Amino acid sequence: MDNTEIKKADTFTLGGKEFTSRFILGSGKFSLDLVKACVEKAGAQIITLALRRANEGGLANILDYIPEDVTLLPNTSGARNAEEAVRIARLSREVGCGNFVKVEVVRDSKYLLPDNYETIKATEILAKEGFVVMPYMYPDLNAARDLANAGAACIMPLGAPIGSNKGLSTKDFIQILIDEIDLPIIVDAGIGRPSQACEAMEMGAAAVMANTAIATAGDVPAMAEAFKKAIEAGRSAYLSGLGRTIERGASASSPLTGFLQD
Amino acid sequence: MIIVNGKEINLTEDTTVAEYLEQNQYQVKRIAVELNGDILPKYSYSDTMLKDGDRLEVVTFVGGG
Repeated sequence: MDNTEIKKADTFTLGGKEFTSRFILGSGKFSLDLVKACVEKAGAQIITLALRRANEGGLANILDYIPEDVTLLPNTSGARNAEEAVRIARLSREVGCGNFVKVEVVRDSKYLLPDNYETIKATEILAKEGFVVMPYMYPDLNAARDLANAGAACIMPLGAPIGSNKGLSTKDFIQILIDEIDLPIIVDAGIGRPSQACEAMEMGAAAVMANTAIATAGDVPAMAEAFKKAIEAGRSAYLSGLGRTIERGASASSPLTGFLQD
Repeated sequence: MIIVNGKEINLTEDTTVAEYLEQNQYQVKRIAVELNGDILPKYSYSDTMLKDGDRLEVVTFVGGG
């Protein structure tokens, strides 16, 4: 054994870029002055954004509040089909902040559930155009395989409906994706608590994305930090290999010999 | 008359896209522009003259998840 061997950093790769942080931060529902503090407390290296009509008059822009070394991940929110998602993605790239895109196609306004079929179509077009495509999807193994074949850089299954803070409602199906898909699985949407983010990481997720859980917290930057710690703890647990469970009975942790009455 | 982000705008004199954006204080390095449904590259702003009936979309990034 060579003790001087430097332990390889625990990273994951998207579009040829290596990331050490496994916490993708959403920037919705924040006041601009909290964005910077949250990015720092979260240690986030990727932050999501939305594309909307610009206001005239030189108003403050969210980009002015995001540190330059953070990778921007524009989403295609507002897209109801593949065509609209492609249009939004192309416009986002035209702003000039890189070629990452989170494809998000939603045509159900009550539950905001993603349309996997349209998402696959958009992913195929955008991947061919050189985008690093990160598709938000309902955790279905067949759809995830199609996304992988279409050129997705990762798969982003939802834990629960967007903004619900309900946690890993789809846990068993996310586990199937983690076990079967040879791409980073990034749990997106619905994660409401650090413990849920931690659990997703223990399961072997490559990263977790959160927004509403932090934006609606009492102390927003402090919650960003709590998520960071939970995600790191979950990752360490996954790498360590979780201890086993037993279905019935118990297993003493203390020695069963040498009691005082012997 | 042109339409910018869904709003009718009357232009009184010949105006390029670059001039229009500057007059209305858009942050050019933070936006993307679509002219009549097609992306207009930034390098074309200054030699693209706006004409009657043009539809301009000017977009930027905002907070989102």
